[in-house]
Amino acid sequence: MKLTKIAAIAAAAMTVASPVLADLVFPSLSYRTGAYAAGGIPFADGYADYMTMLNERDGGIGGVMTRVIECETGFSTEKGVECYESTKGEGALVYQPLSTGITYQLIPKATADGIPVHSMGYGRTSAANGKVFRNVFNYPVNYWNGASIAVNHLLDINGGDISGKKVALIYHNSAYGKEPIRTLQELAKKHSFELTELAVDHPGQEQKSQWLQIRRERPDYVLMWGWGVMNQVAIQEAANIRFPMENFIGVWWSGAEIDVLPSGDASHGYKALAFTGVGADYPIYAEIQKYVVDTGKAAGDGNQLGTVIYNRGLYAAMLAAEAVRKAQEISGKMQIVASDMRDGMEALEITEERMTELGMPNFGPTFKVSCENHGGPGTAAVAQWDAGAKKWNLITDFASSDMSVIQPLIDADSAAYAAENNITPNCN
Amino acid sequence: MFYREAGDFTTNYAEDNQTFPIRLDRMGYYATMIVAFCVVPFFINDYWASAVLLPFLIYAIAAIGLNILVGYCGQVSLGSGGFMAVGAYASYKLMTSFPDMSMIIVVLLSGLITAMVGAAFGLPSLRIKGFYLAVATLASQFFLVWLFNKVAWFYNYSASGQINAPERTVLGFVITGPNAAPAVTYLFCLAFAVGLAWLARNMTRSNTGRRWMAIRDMDIAAEIIGVNPLGAKLSAFAVSSFYIGVAGSLMFTVYLGAVEVGEAFGITKSFLLLFMVIIGGLGSIFGSFAGAAFMVLFPVLLKNVLVGQLGWATNIAAHFEFVIVGGLIVIFLIMEPHGLAAIWRVVKEKLRLWPFPH
Repeated sequence: MKLTKIAAIAAAAMTVASPVLADLVFPSLSYRTGAYAAGGIPFADGYADYMTMLNERDGGIGGVMTRVIECETGFSTEKGVECYESTKGEGALVYQPLSTGITYQLIPKATADGIPVHSMGYGRTSAANGKVFRNVFNYPVNYWNGASIAVNHLLDINGGDISGKKVALIYHNSAYGKEPIRTLQELAKKHSFELTELAVDHPGQEQKSQWLQIRRERPDYVLMWGWGVMNQVAIQEAANIRFPMENFIGVWWSGAEIDVLPSGDASHGYKALAFTGVGADYPIYAEIQKYVVDTGKAAGDGNQLGTVIYNRGLYAAMLAAEAVRKAQEISGKMQIVASDMRDGMEALEITEERMTELGMPNFGPTFKVSCENHGGPGTAAVAQWDAGAKKWNLITDFASSDMSVIQPLIDADSAAYAAENNITPNCN
Repeated sequence: MFYREAGDFTTNYAEDNQTFPIRLDRMGYYATMIVAFCVVPFFINDYWASAVLLPFLIYAIAAIGLNILVGYCGQVSLGSGGFMAVGAYASYKLMTSFPDMSMIIVVLLSGLITAMVGAAFGLPSLRIKGFYLAVATLASQFFLVWLFNKVAWFYNYSASGQINAPERTVLGFVITGPNAAPAVTYLFCLAFAVGLAWLARNMTRSNTGRRWMAIRDMDIAAEIIGVNPLGAKLSAFAVSSFYIGVAGSLMFTVYLGAVEVGEAFGITKSFLLLFMVIIGGLGSIFGSFAGAAFMVLFPVLLKNVLVGQLGWATNIAAHFEFVIVGGLIVIFLIMEPHGLAAIWRVVKEKLRLWPFPH
């Protein structure tokens, strides 16, 4: 019967084909659709392009080809679970979901399956404590570092004293946006500034009331933890109420070209944190052009090269590839598995020489991961948008954060997680 | 040829009133049950459980719940996402406050708590109807999501406002958390889905269900023939919310494990459930399952075909999913405004006459 035949084909299609293990598999839980695609597309493109370049130029890593499996999540946790389950059987080495919500979902699952999760500059901040979160890494920087670096920048431009100043935080009303609040509250106590928290609900297109409140309360500075369409809207709203842009600072996920371009000249002077270099002025871009773009193998439309988030995708892929090299070195075999990858990530060391060798000089911080510290150095710089030249400029050096405030918070939060899940913190 | 009643004699009242009066139907039902309970658990893996069967069963429970309210009692509700959130957060609070409580009790208690909340939000239905009621329930959706975001007690003051399901067991089997075996979680949800569907089927053809339908068909007439609208409407809200609360509880504890209220239980979830009920067929238990299957499984199937088999780019496939699913919804509703359940009914009618329609 025709119906049963269709049903059989359908049933076969539901099961995911699992080919033999002969390559290094990097699942890319991307989102090229939905309200957050503006950030999801360049990141996924950068990630895929770097891996393609390794295949084309070097024949993979240590002679083993890389394979990126893309799975569309649309930034939804339910689809994230589906993507995780459908890709983990293919020999996935590491998950980088670029979503704090999905990261929270994957932390227990991936830990049980022994697959590492690398939430680079997002995810659960207390994962920096590797003694509790053995399989989760969030180097080189996390949100609490970001909050502290933003406040430090305010201290810098105010000559070291911001007491009595009013600071508003406008945040995405989700785990992602709520992450920095606790640190900012501690910092507000320490530096005696006044903190106002303003939540923006998913997807973030509706912010009139929040900006009305900002107009009424006239905070001296506004910090933003936004993503996707929320960023563009916030910057436009800030421009509408003529909020001085140089007093408006976004986290690193709120500072891409696509966030500031829609508001044109009005966005001139807007600041955002950055933990990777900006622009396409790196030798690696010549390689990508030669091996990926010119051969027609670029991911997506191939029009994202050099943008902020694309660079971050490159950086994420670079860190993954370097961890693979480390893992190959430690385990002595080229075809590594997820547990080797975890060891490689824990022993990862990024030096300036290595970054230069890779064609990414000064692209990110130098650091060394250890079991005690899965969080890296926690450094970031402040970038400022030049609307005339349409480019981002780093206006500070990569600066570190106030770990005297952050470390106790990390210890407390990871201890709570350990207690909830019966984990004995150790390094063995 | 199929579905012949010939030779299928009923000799007493109970047989006359059974849910599946035709023998072939009954056989199909028993076969499905045997396969679902005795065969599937042996072949299930993580992917089938987490990506296909758990969401299907959980959404089916929620769809039955909403169908009781919308399909049987005629009260439009846009607050189902919020009620699922109540179920989820009730489970979280119960699980963390009473670590030794069995998961079965946690899920049932979460359902009862949601039933109480649902009945409270159902009070406006006594005065307002139709679109106005829809707006009132919409308010409950936004209020509940806001509440779970705002009041830190609900998420035990965690930094991110996320709730995470700790590991809990039933009879020594791990049900929640990452170490739960797929077969166990599947059977747990299946037992709830089958039990609740059975209950719903029997409730809707009892005194209670007939009162709901009387209210749905014409509330003034129902009142004249002696149906108490207060009791009927509030019981529909309570029972419906119980189902939706159980679904929310299972979704958080067994299926997702970590939940963020705005993302998992937002307004889109309310619409999704309403679409399931409308596409599946208002006033039909089978329709609830069919609607859930269509809205949950079909996109997964399409994704696997388009990306896995045909090798399309993920973004094009994702966009085409919207186009195809949306197109099919339109086609279905034009061809058969009463949903998949009505299509199934027509197919059965045709099969009874096949191959000699005249």
